[in-house]
Amino acid sequence: MGITQILFWFLSIAAIFSALMVISSKNPVHSVLWLIVTFFSISGHYIVLNAQFLAIVNVIVYAGAIMVLFLFVIMLMNLNKESEPQKHKWLRIAGAVAGGCLLLVFVAALKDTDIKHQQALVNTGNIGLIKNLGKELFTTYVVPFEISSILFLSAMVGAVVIGKKE
Amino acid sequence: MPINYYIFLSLALFCIGIVGVLTRRNAIIIFMCIELMLNAVNLLLVAFSKMHHNVALLAGDAATTAGTDGQLFVFFIMVVAAAEVSVGLAIIVMMYRNIHSVDVNFLNRLKH
Repeated sequence: MGITQILFWFLSIAAIFSALMVISSKNPVHSVLWLIVTFFSISGHYIVLNAQFLAIVNVIVYAGAIMVLFLFVIMLMNLNKESEPQKHKWLRIAGAVAGGCLLLVFVAALKDTDIKHQQALVNTGNIGLIKNLGKELFTTYVVPFEISSILFLSAMVGAVVIGKKE
Repeated sequence: MPINYYIFLSLALFCIGIVGVLTRRNAIIIFMCIELMLNAVNLLLVAFSKMHHNVALLAGDAATTAGTDGQLFVFFIMVVAAAEVSVGLAIIVMMYRNIHSVDVNFLNRLKH
């Protein structure tokens, strides 16, 4: 068992455990902090897969910008454990059973696929480096790139218009 | 790593996100579970891109760039997710200002 396997299992267990803590924490601030742990372990998976650009972008955009936004909104609303709305016990059990059934169906459908003997290349391969991705982004995908800037502009205008007091 | 492991890891994260959406009533937590599902899909896309690259390498093409598309799709998913979060949190703040709660059960009758 090499260092790659050990890293894979460690990061997988960390990701799944912290994702479970996200949905089971009573306090919304704890949920946000556990979600940051999940994002860091997914970034670790990207590094294991040698997708370094995506690992850095994931840390900067998700763990940096988006989660800070979530934390600010939660602190602005002064949410805590006492004001946290709870669903009825049977509804929660029904939701967990429904999600578990979906997982069961997916696993049953995908465990005997043709691609199960394929390997994902770890530690090597330079397609995830910024040189290759940047070249592709600014040649083949330059139109979607520019359109996404318009999307950002409209999202910014929309957020300001919605958030403005009457 | 076998691609199977990545498929099952992503499925587990995706289903945890779905369970979170189904079992919580706080709008912000539901939103965070949607982010979790997006990240599960991103992880699967990166794993498949590396698998595709491996297949092209095994076919004998040493200078191949197969699999770059998958990682660029992940980049665009992150772009869209960032825009979605900014608008969604603005909507949640507006909802809190109007009904002084983030409980989604107060939004069940499409008026006021």
